[in-house]
Amino acid sequence: MPLTHRHLLQIEGLHPPEIDTMLDLAESYALLNRSGKTQRDLLRGRTLINLFFEDSTRTRTSFELAGKRLGADVINMSVSTSSVNKGETLLDTAATLNAMNCDLLVVRHGDSGAPALLARKVDAAVINAGDGMHEHPTQALLDALTIRRRRGRLEGLTVAICGDVLHSRVARSNIFLLSAMGSRVRVIGPPTLMPTEIERLGVEVFHDMREGLRDCDIVMMLRLQKERMTRGLIPSFREFFRFYGLDAEKLACAKPDALVMHPGPMNRGVEIASDVADDPVRSLIKEQVEMGVAVRMAVLDILARRSSRND
Amino acid sequence: MIDVIIENVRLIDPAAGLDQHGALLVRDGRIADLGGGLGRPEGAQVIDGDGAILCPGLVDMRAEVGEPGGEYRETIASAAVAAAAGGITTLAALPDTKPAIDDPALVRHLRARGEETGSLTILPYGAATKGCRGEELAELGLLREAGAVAFTDGARAIGSARMMRLILAYAKGFGARVVQHPEDPSLAEGGAATSGELATRLGLPAIHPAAEALMVARDLRLLRMTGGSLHFAHVSTGEAIDLIRMAKAQGLDVTCDTAPPYFDLNETAIGNFRTYAKLSPPLRCEADRLAVLAAVVDGTIDAIASDHQPRDADDKRLPFAQAAPGGAGLATLLAVTLAQVHGGALDVSRALGLLTCGPAGLLGAKGGTLARGSSADLCLFDLDAAWQIQSGALPGRAQNTPFDGRAVEGQVIGTWKAGRRVFG
Repeated sequence: MPLTHRHLLQIEGLHPPEIDTMLDLAESYALLNRSGKTQRDLLRGRTLINLFFEDSTRTRTSFELAGKRLGADVINMSVSTSSVNKGETLLDTAATLNAMNCDLLVVRHGDSGAPALLARKVDAAVINAGDGMHEHPTQALLDALTIRRRRGRLEGLTVAICGDVLHSRVARSNIFLLSAMGSRVRVIGPPTLMPTEIERLGVEVFHDMREGLRDCDIVMMLRLQKERMTRGLIPSFREFFRFYGLDAEKLACAKPDALVMHPGPMNRGVEIASDVADDPVRSLIKEQVEMGVAVRMAVLDILARRSSRND
Repeated sequence: MIDVIIENVRLIDPAAGLDQHGALLVRDGRIADLGGGLGRPEGAQVIDGDGAILCPGLVDMRAEVGEPGGEYRETIASAAVAAAAGGITTLAALPDTKPAIDDPALVRHLRARGEETGSLTILPYGAATKGCRGEELAELGLLREAGAVAFTDGARAIGSARMMRLILAYAKGFGARVVQHPEDPSLAEGGAATSGELATRLGLPAIHPAAEALMVARDLRLLRMTGGSLHFAHVSTGEAIDLIRMAKAQGLDVTCDTAPPYFDLNETAIGNFRTYAKLSPPLRCEADRLAVLAAVVDGTIDAIASDHQPRDADDKRLPFAQAAPGGAGLATLLAVTLAQVHGGALDVSRALGLLTCGPAGLLGAKGGTLARGSSADLCLFDLDAAWQIQSGALPGRAQNTPFDGRAVEGQVIGTWKAGRRVFG
């Protein structure tokens, strides 16, 4: 089933067949990438702009590589978040982008809803590369692809999402995607880092990590937003690591073949121990990065086909 | 000034319990007579009301008017245009302006600015604390002398319990009411939406509804300590309302108002990051909306205010968390309130009481009545005429209505201020 939306702003509201279509195409790009072949004529003449209001080397690079592998002209724009009025910059930028005839616009912003606001103002297809505490749809897609390749399915798996759920757009996108695809989702973290009524998103909430990890197939760690901790939501990093950091001992509570994921960049010794993160058998972290490029190629491909400029 | 007689109207004066067909005679800017079988004085201008409702001009007990300091959002002149179109002839203006209304000269200035419009009486609130900063008492006595109707820090909650105690106690000495924006600042800081499933889905920084009840509970306890009179503005949660209802039953001098968004909309109005529905306090869950409506019906809520907070497009065309809270409300106050009449929750006389004599009584103001001899401040409206609220088509400058697109029934046909027709 083709994607019915002009933009990719969020996972919430996507139907399982739409998600499957994206994952299937991404899978074929993963194979193509491994074979060393390219498809440089697909987006030839198209312009992709990476518009980042927050620093992110890894996501920006992943989109850049995806765009280039498909032959798009890729431009990176970083807008300083320290500018006094971010909002003004946002709409001024939208006007500028329209004048540049941009086809695909990848946006990261510190405020929830900023890409949706931009999408109403620009002609380009907008891809949300992370907005505030709202969503990070391509991250959820790449996580799903990584799991599907290893486990052959998403349905029926038990996935634990652990750590700072409150501030995490990765958590929200994953909850929406995995629930839609039939996984059982648990969230684990201290009560001060849990959004209110999160259970109404269909997840099970745990505050004891060992209990929460029991019988899990997948352990998905979240990056602790260190800068947010100034608000005093947890007393210290060492205490957080003691109770919510993933180490070999806590991982032993999950299924014996449980796999470990992390969206990166990792705070080693805060949310994850190095021996777990670097475990060549259990850790999927490097594969997540590889799948990230494939997923973004698929998303760019699909949205470029839908974009009006193609007509 | 020639006499004016408005005939063939349904006269409703909630203050007097009057609801009858008849006419009303205006002489020298005052209501000379009213009732059935009124004769036409010779030479009078005759207006046929065509069966519409004639009631006192509405008294809005809570609005921002943009002056001084926010003229790009609204001016008193533009607010007066919107008010007249909404049937409002008296309005209490909030003091958290730039500068704040913490000086007697500013109180007099606002009153005079209202008179200049010729259509709107402005009753200024005085700042409860200097600069509305919540740190030092403002000169409540001098402000009161200059004509401040009550004291408040406007949209800013008086956060310190000690400060609130001082204000309540000191204001009591001048017989003045203290108006609180009931929201615990430390719980509300940085919040943009009511906490709950929707805010969690949208990833918005949230304000727990208990922030309101906590402040109400604290202030009620302080009121027991100090005496005096206390009013809670725009109450929006069932929990806070329960506390107020209980305190009233115990005889405490406490009152409250709400605004149409809180009984007409719930949090789902912010779906897809609609910043025009970003208000302070934030729109709540459906259970709270129903609790507010029940409190309007049972009389726990003493008045309905427009809670007019003019914002310009640049204040609102921002990511949700950065956008300024507040909604325009003057032109829609009557129509959205009447939705509860059409829905069967309120009879029209009760609804109008909450918009006229109710708030006038709280403010100690003269308006809000059709009593013979009072200023002919009047509102003539068609209870059943349908129209659609549209941002961009509202009278006045502020277009930031949270009701954009809503169909309503009840349209103002004419507004009179001191016997002079100012709308319609």
